Amino acid sequence: MSSTDQQPARPAPPTGLRGLVERRTSRDLAGRLFSATATGAGALILVTLAAVAVFLVVRAWPAMTTPAEELADAISWIPEGSTLLGYVGPLVFGTLLAAVLALALAVPVATGIALFISHYAPRRLASPLGYVVDLLAAIPSVIYGLWGGLWLAPRLLPAWQWLADNLGFIPLFREPASTPPRVIMTVGVVLAVMILPIITAVAREVFLQTPRLHEEAALALGATRWEMVRMAVIPFGRSGLISAAMLGLGRALGETMAVFMILSPGFTYSFELLQAGQHQTIAANIANQFAEANPLGVSALIATGLALFVITLAVNTAARWVVARRKDFSGAN
Amino acid sequence: MAQRIDLKDLNVYYGSFLAVADVSMTIEPRSVTAFIGPSGCGKSTLLRTLNRMHEVIPGARVGGTVEMDGVDLYGSDVDAVAVRRQIGMVFQRPNPFPTMSIAENVLAGVRLNNSRIGKDEASELVERSLQGANLWNEVKDRLDRPGSSLSGGQQQRLCIARAIAVKPQVLLMDEPCSALDPISTLAIEDLIADLRSEYTIVIVTHNMQQAARVSDRTGFFNIAGTGKPGKLIEMDDTRTMFSTPSEQATEDYISGRFG
Repeated sequence: MSSTDQQPARPAPPTGLRGLVERRTSRDLAGRLFSATATGAGALILVTLAAVAVFLVVRAWPAMTTPAEELADAISWIPEGSTLLGYVGPLVFGTLLAAVLALALAVPVATGIALFISHYAPRRLASPLGYVVDLLAAIPSVIYGLWGGLWLAPRLLPAWQWLADNLGFIPLFREPASTPPRVIMTVGVVLAVMILPIITAVAREVFLQTPRLHEEAALALGATRWEMVRMAVIPFGRSGLISAAMLGLGRALGETMAVFMILSPGFTYSFELLQAGQHQTIAANIANQFAEANPLGVSALIATGLALFVITLAVNTAARWVVARRKDFSGAN
Repeated sequence: MAQRIDLKDLNVYYGSFLAVADVSMTIEPRSVTAFIGPSGCGKSTLLRTLNRMHEVIPGARVGGTVEMDGVDLYGSDVDAVAVRRQIGMVFQRPNPFPTMSIAENVLAGVRLNNSRIGKDEASELVERSLQGANLWNEVKDRLDRPGSSLSGGQQQRLCIARAIAVKPQVLLMDEPCSALDPISTLAIEDLIADLRSEYTIVIVTHNMQQAARVSDRTGFFNIAGTGKPGKLIEMDDTRTMFSTPSEQATEDYISGRFG
């Protein structure tokens, strides 16, 4: 310290405090740039979401404010005496029914595949299998629609007939099963195949992240492999599995082409899964009617789209709530 | 309840790599046996062969015999799962199941053996095990809170409670205090002293003072160099090991001259 007092004229070395200060300002610039980009990207999502919501409300407004009789007069496919809500209701019902069916079929299978890949398959088999599952996700939905309608549906018919014959006493499977099977059950199966890859891929990643510590804790207590999966892997992956299912549900809710190409539409609140001409989904209905709709008709279709938007938001919120409810018990802390 | 373990000519492999070579030793019942030695000398690996946790790692295998009460744990008719139910294990890092409450954690192993345990019986077992692990007074008012809400030392004692709830013959501890502060370490060491009267305990530790404090017998392991197998250099009463070991290497390690 005393030496610097005696030689004040000596120039400061470039690596001194001053150098640090200069470097910090240039790093600050990079930091600010990064933070601005990240904030901007985050804001962009909100802006897009808001833009979609505003568009839906504005364009659906004419249909929502037109009196019911006028609406039914102006739009050929809204029956006399029906309101807009009366028109949207069965569509919402059909959309939810198809998506729930798909989810009920896909989630157990996807969980099984994911567990097999992450914990049962020998390593040499596990990664090729993972690739194949990812590949399924890359097939366009119109292809699934063609495959489902032309190839799968005829082959499902015997199964539906068997269900109707043997379980027909349950209203869900009331006989006779429609021929050809352009029914909601077939749609459910095809949608299940479509959402299987995304659910499997996410679930697999989640299961693979189970801490080795927890797995060994279970094994050291004398758990078999299945008991280890039940004690450590599934509880740890539970919230991730719910997220995976919601991703799948989102895709099933919005799926258009496959439903459009398979389902014989109808507008009822019917739980008869094997009957044709009972159900229709919002997305497929829009695709079906849009080309020939007059301006008020387009507005009515957009109103159904608004309903789909709200459903999807509600489903995602519900999923978040389910995940957050047991946050303390999640593996994250 | 506690039983002796005899190791004969035990060789432990990871794939083709020989990690521990030619270990023969006897672990006495109702005593604490400590394994000490430098990092990578195979103490933890050897410990994990005692309850067949070693083979959980792909490619891992074992040659030689590990006999508990005359039965070879690696015999062809012995199920690894059954072995692990008899020989409990506590790990280096506390690992309570995060999705289970404190009480459920204690019961986790019991439920594997007997899922139909009654409610009264269960709560009695939870209390007895937590008392056995010196944790009861700290958690008795929050048994339904997640196990991960406890401090590190409490979590480790919860893991011990979970291990002793199934009444094992043997308790293996793999550096149970290395992730804990001195006060929690003291609590665990007191607990080991208490548990000694009922269980056969084998503890791996990097802390030589700890080995000297808690164990009756000590085994010293060493490796000749990287890539060479770990070997048991010497095993004797702890007092002898820490005062007049017969091997120079043991004395060098204990007096801090290497390792």
